Amino acid sequence: MNKNPVILIAEDDSGHYELVKRNLWLSCVESDILHFKDGQEVLDFLFMTGDGPKREENGGYVLLLDIRMPKVDGREVLRRIKEDVKLRDIPVIMLTTTGDEKEIALCYDLGCSFYMVKPVDYNKFMEAVGNLGKFLSMDSLRIPNLLD
Amino acid sequence: MQRDVEILIAEDDDGHFSLVEKNLQRAGICNKITRFADGQETLDFFSSSRSARKRAREAAYLLMLDIRMPRVDGVDVLKKLKEDPFWKKMPVIMLTTTDDPREIERCHELGCSVYIVKPVEYEAFVEAVRKVGLFLSVVEVPQLDETAKTAGKSR
Repeated sequence: MNKNPVILIAEDDSGHYELVKRNLWLSCVESDILHFKDGQEVLDFLFMTGDGPKREENGGYVLLLDIRMPKVDGREVLRRIKEDVKLRDIPVIMLTTTGDEKEIALCYDLGCSFYMVKPVDYNKFMEAVGNLGKFLSMDSLRIPNLLD
Repeated sequence: MQRDVEILIAEDDDGHFSLVEKNLQRAGICNKITRFADGQETLDFFSSSRSARKRAREAAYLLMLDIRMPRVDGVDVLKKLKEDPFWKKMPVIMLTTTDDPREIERCHELGCSVYIVKPVEYEAFVEAVRKVGLFLSVVEVPQLDETAKTAGKSR
């Protein structure tokens, strides 16, 4: 079992990305963190297509996924991951500005693990990401390794 | 987490249940907590469909699920819930003593949200539950029946 899964962050706003990354580190997340600026980049990584970086065969990953992103949006990324026999075990946590009830229900129906709305207030944002970080860095959390 | 989310805990060990309940509350969770003492009781709650679904229209649920339970185990409960088009959206957190990679893989395959192994040591268990509570306080839990929302529900 993977004690330190790699955290994938799909987020087109680089300001948000930096804040999230910093806060995860401040909450003692020791894992590597990878950044993807749009939905296509993270799909290429996971499905091992395109020219960019590719995942490890048997890696353990957690994906923090924004919804509003260029090229392919987060909902579509979630759908494709959860439809794939190898990738569907990756825990996906939506981390997005939209708090629309229909969107929330749809993402859970597609198989996201959790859905977090980014608070508008800076301090609340920091607190929310801090709590996410504490949760992800728990020794007792078990992230499966992807199978062949 | 919305105030009207009801937290369901399927746990046959009284001591573990008490520890989880108390430490979620210490982390600031003030949602209603309902306990099931075994897997059958858990399934009965979800399959008394009319009353549970009627209740689900006024609330949303999150389930914390042990695996080793009498009568029906947690993996079977998870499987049934995730096969049900109505209940499958509900987040399910496995919270169990089993630290077996195959079991962990199986639960993720079936659609659990996350899998947490109960620490053996008391203080570590308390700390883990606290972190779960802090995390749950910042997540959104889905309405199961989107079409039946009441207007003006507060968060």
